[in-house]
Amino acid sequence: MCGIVGLFLKNQSLQGDLGRLTSLMLRELCDRGPDSAGFAVYGAETTGATKICMVNRGGAVDWHAVARQLGAATGADVSVETVEDHAIFRTSGAGDTARKWLIDNVPAAYVLSQGQSIEIFKGVGDPAAIVTRLDLEHRSGTHAIGHTRMATESAVTVAGSHPFSTGDDTCLVHNGSLSNHNRLREQLMRRGERFQTENDSEVAAAYLASRMRAGDTLEGALTNGLRDLDGFYTFVVGTRDGFAVIRDPVACKPAVIAETDDWVAMASEYRAIAPLPGAAQARIWEPAPATVYAWSRAA
Amino acid sequence: MASSSASHIVSTRNSVIDLAQMKLREVNQLLHDTDHGDFLIRNSRGAHSLACGLDGDMSVTIDGHVGYYCAGMNKRASVTVNGNAGTGLAENMMSGRVHVKGDASQSAGATGCGGLLIVDGNASARCGIALRGLDIVVKGSVGHMSAFMAQAGNLVVLGDTGDALGDSLYEARLFVRGAVKSLGADCVQKEMRDEHKIALRKLLDATGANADVSEFRRYGSARNLYHFHVDNAGQY
Repeated sequence: MCGIVGLFLKNQSLQGDLGRLTSLMLRELCDRGPDSAGFAVYGAETTGATKICMVNRGGAVDWHAVARQLGAATGADVSVETVEDHAIFRTSGAGDTARKWLIDNVPAAYVLSQGQSIEIFKGVGDPAAIVTRLDLEHRSGTHAIGHTRMATESAVTVAGSHPFSTGDDTCLVHNGSLSNHNRLREQLMRRGERFQTENDSEVAAAYLASRMRAGDTLEGALTNGLRDLDGFYTFVVGTRDGFAVIRDPVACKPAVIAETDDWVAMASEYRAIAPLPGAAQARIWEPAPATVYAWSRAA
Repeated sequence: MASSSASHIVSTRNSVIDLAQMKLREVNQLLHDTDHGDFLIRNSRGAHSLACGLDGDMSVTIDGHVGYYCAGMNKRASVTVNGNAGTGLAENMMSGRVHVKGDASQSAGATGCGGLLIVDGNASARCGIALRGLDIVVKGSVGHMSAFMAQAGNLVVLGDTGDALGDSLYEARLFVRGAVKSLGADCVQKEMRDEHKIALRKLLDATGANADVSEFRRYGSARNLYHFHVDNAGQY
């Protein structure tokens, strides 16, 4: 199993409610994924600053010392904000450089995301408790995706929780399992992709990141994934200005999409959409197999 | 476990049940504790396993969308959903009538033994999988692998079908008015004889579907895969 949700706000006046609405959705899917949870929120951007989110591996990390060292090593202005066991760094330097330095030099923590807008938070345990602890309710922004996990392919750890970063301001959540992830991971490692877990979904995330770095559009990368990713999946991919949904050709893993004038929502089950304002009157449909559905502010 | 639920019944005629006020198990128990009456269920909000295992001449209307396995194992009862239904609608239905006014997700009517299932909208993948005597009428379209290994009963589709319709079909009859994307292994188009036209007319009339029998094509089993034959090994 696993539960996934996505919420994209069309009505800007709802942005202050993004976290509250997303948490209502995630709480409905606790029993689809009771072992861990995570969410990505696309919120305020600061010109010239890249945000990098990290979470510690269980032990304390001196995040302020890390910020100073990162600044010194990369010659950039770096600030840090801490949220429970997470830290959000803001750097004036290149995101890729900072991410690489943090993975290489802070072994006591994982890098979760990088980008101008995205912030990823995740944890192990009861999803409702994680949502409360990391204060999803009070986060604002334009869109969010979330995940409740029932582990099948790898260990229950904070790093194995979703979403997985797929590069600048993009991330992936997955319901399903991939059968060719070991070989694909080796191929991607040879192409320079960095992995932090044994998780199959991280391989899908790295695959999409690799394709997009090579020039694919998001839609192109997802379409190529139909050929290269073997297994069962419903994916939701968050991007800087929207999100996309795709199901594998067999389409065993559930998904429902609903749209009103105010929002577009995706969830594993309708009951996660039911708490949204106007859900009863929404246009609702089940995404067809092997078809990309995408929304963005740009479109 | 047969607890205090009977006390919730004010009357079995036009009883209104509010899922915001009662627990799902209490609602299902209430419906199990009686065998007649009219019930209106409000605030379903995608709840799973609603109105499952009914066995009585009752009428249940659900005013909203439902989750998985709604009206599963239904016997005699008439269940109407004023909304969409999730996975496994009316799974293993035995008799009675289930009517969904919106769309149904995958595996609608799976393994159904008898009765009538009507979906006014679309039904997605695997509609009528392993059908065993239930009649299903879908007024929209159905998804891929519908009527997979269907043994008995009828699947009527007023719209189109997805890939691999009727794969490994036994003796169920499939009637399609729209386009068939592709046929599954051992499923072939067959002649519409008078007996089929009469049966189809009866089903269309029972569901209020305004459609001309002559617009439909019939599909059935070529009966080549019933028994293993080495020449067919690639088909299994």
